[in-house]
Amino acid sequence: MQRSLHIDPGKCTGCLQCEMACSYENEGAFNPAKSRIKVFSFHDEGRYVPYTCTQCDEAWCMQACPVDAIVVNPITGSKDIINDRCVGCKVCTIACPFGTVNYNSSTGKVVKCDLCGGDPQCASACPTSAITYIDADATGLDRMRQWASKTDTQAAA
Amino acid sequence: MAWTKQILRVNLTEGTVNAEPLNMEWANEYLGQRGLATRYFVDEVDATCDALGPDNKLIMATGPLTGTMASTGGRYSVICKSPLTGVMACSNSGGFIGAELKNAGWDMVIFEGQSPTPVYLHVENEKAELIPADDLWGKSVWETDELLHQKHQDPQLRIAAIGRSAEEGCLFAAVVNDLHRAAGRSGVGTVMASKNLKAVAVRGSKGVGNIKDPIRFMRETADQKKVLAENAVTGTGLPTYGTQVLMNVINELGALPTRNMSEVQFEGAHDVSGEAMHEPRKSDGKPNLTTNGACFGCTIACGRISTVDKTHFSVADKPEYWGNSGGLEYEAAWALGPDTGVNDIDALTYVNFLCNEDGMDPISFGSTVAAAMELYEAGDINSETTGGIELKFGSAEALVAIAELTAKGEGFGKDIGLGSKRLCEKYGKPEFSMTVKGQEFPAYDPRGIQGMGLTYATSNRGACHLRSYTVSSEVLGIPVKTDPLETEGKPELVMAFQDATAAVDSSGLCIFTTFAWSLENIAPQIDAACEGDWSVEKCAEVGARIWQLERDFNNRAGMTAADDTLPQRLLKDAANAGPAEGRVCDLDQMIPQYYELRGWDSEGRLTDETRSRYGLPA
Repeated sequence: MQRSLHIDPGKCTGCLQCEMACSYENEGAFNPAKSRIKVFSFHDEGRYVPYTCTQCDEAWCMQACPVDAIVVNPITGSKDIINDRCVGCKVCTIACPFGTVNYNSSTGKVVKCDLCGGDPQCASACPTSAITYIDADATGLDRMRQWASKTDTQAAA
Repeated sequence: MAWTKQILRVNLTEGTVNAEPLNMEWANEYLGQRGLATRYFVDEVDATCDALGPDNKLIMATGPLTGTMASTGGRYSVICKSPLTGVMACSNSGGFIGAELKNAGWDMVIFEGQSPTPVYLHVENEKAELIPADDLWGKSVWETDELLHQKHQDPQLRIAAIGRSAEEGCLFAAVVNDLHRAAGRSGVGTVMASKNLKAVAVRGSKGVGNIKDPIRFMRETADQKKVLAENAVTGTGLPTYGTQVLMNVINELGALPTRNMSEVQFEGAHDVSGEAMHEPRKSDGKPNLTTNGACFGCTIACGRISTVDKTHFSVADKPEYWGNSGGLEYEAAWALGPDTGVNDIDALTYVNFLCNEDGMDPISFGSTVAAAMELYEAGDINSETTGGIELKFGSAEALVAIAELTAKGEGFGKDIGLGSKRLCEKYGKPEFSMTVKGQEFPAYDPRGIQGMGLTYATSNRGACHLRSYTVSSEVLGIPVKTDPLETEGKPELVMAFQDATAAVDSSGLCIFTTFAWSLENIAPQIDAACEGDWSVEKCAEVGARIWQLERDFNNRAGMTAADDTLPQRLLKDAANAGPAEGRVCDLDQMIPQYYELRGWDSEGRLTDETRSRYGLPA
């Protein structure tokens, strides 16, 4: 079963545990500045929104890469950077409509979410289940269940 | 490890910024943050110095767990000598700037001297510089935040700043970070203003590493997060209602100080409670509370994100206050509400916004307004004194008007900025001041919760609930239930809470974890992160050492046993209602035993034996 990261901003409290987990897994230190997932705080609206790569099927970053350094992971479906091939041209960062591919100036390569190879640490670390890693074909299940629970069959009788 | 082992020393007189290595011998004895910064402070500062003069220093300090995945590991403290109390000030704040400072590679920043002109400190990893802030002086915290973000074109910059109240000399000014988190108490913002230091803006991308045993640390912190999630207070009560979960509980207990602590129950408590913040209002059907928000790394998320009703008189013509910002927490709601007799939740929320916007401690502000209201009703001041404001208990209009004046240091707001003690002395009624060592009380009446009486009287920073929150035991039964009306056993209880709290503060974690965690849960996290052996016993010992060090400084600053007391109202006037009806706070039954347990003489001074037991500096 293919899984995908599913984000429910309504549950996010802005604690940044996801950013720390991501950077710890990928950089070996708690470093939100190097996280592949970012939580945005919309202060006046009182909203927090975690945001990261959605692993597009037709990934523009992958298509734009001139040296084929972005490839599909056959197991997770993630679009992964092959560091040995990446030349740091940053064309993918321009191609991505969502801004989720970014350049890392300390390595000279780009970075993006690779779903931690199938065990995304952001989802494990999230204390409120705002980030989950679920069946890619049923990301609407939870919302369907919520609405289903509001169906009052008795009242109709 | 977990410490970055580097500190920044900023000499504001000379305009210099220098890095130096962290004193690891002291780190082993005092852990970090509150304890370690106090060790530096007592070493470098004359206890008798003028708190607002160049000889006072101001330290911003993180703990070894600040910036890590340990839940709530985002705390920092501001340490200096207080202009309000004349003793140690140490005010703890969450938000994000503490972790950012750590990510930039610094355990703490020591500010010394006084800048001849306004400046701010800009830190970007190893690069740190003082930059002129003439254009920021006279601006609010919120304006300063916006201007600095614009100037540096960096939305990820984290900022701590002082507002106009501090610049105008308000003695309970706070240092506000991330718009609505505050190192709130004891006038630490006033000290920052006295140094002409407007703000600290930090950006860090180095990361926090140096974990002694990373695998064990990840396991320990994950296990302990589960404990928080499964606990009724930290897993449900605090996320849902914030600290405001307490308003109705404490009122029922007859320990909700009302109208300048003249009563112990407030008829309007429900109107300003955590529950009320969830109720839809008439104008737009929305509740006061929009959502809960977390500080850095916190899996509890007790923070309140709220709006004021747009049709409310306080903001109807001020659209700039219609958005969301930091909402009411219990102590602020109490000081602005029950203590002033005001039951208007929108007025309270708006005034809370003002406290954040211009950096005022809402506890001291509300308590001082309550004292002023009593002065007004007793005829010691009148509408001429207040500039036309009818300063009566229960008046939301008066509360709002006074807040606007105090925030900017204008009119009668200048008098409110003196704090309750100096205000009441100025108008000839010192007995109206509900303070210890010059600092205003928080939201628990010690006639109904006896242990809190000893807590307030002996707190090293004046009246304060965060130095030993025995409410946990006396009201909530954590870790064990004790009778709130009983004094027996309270000296031991208070001392144990004081020591554990000093250790928790010094780790960089939040004291609210202790509704679910004890040192048994916390020490293993410290031990997995920090070099050395950090057993439960060692953490408690470090906590006790910190307490003794703070006390020793306070004694040298001129504090004596006579200062370990409470206002006569609480010692002589019996509670008028509720379970504590007929009771006063029996402080004198607790103090002598407390001194003995602490190893102090009858004057409240450390004996030589005590000093040597904890290895304190001579």
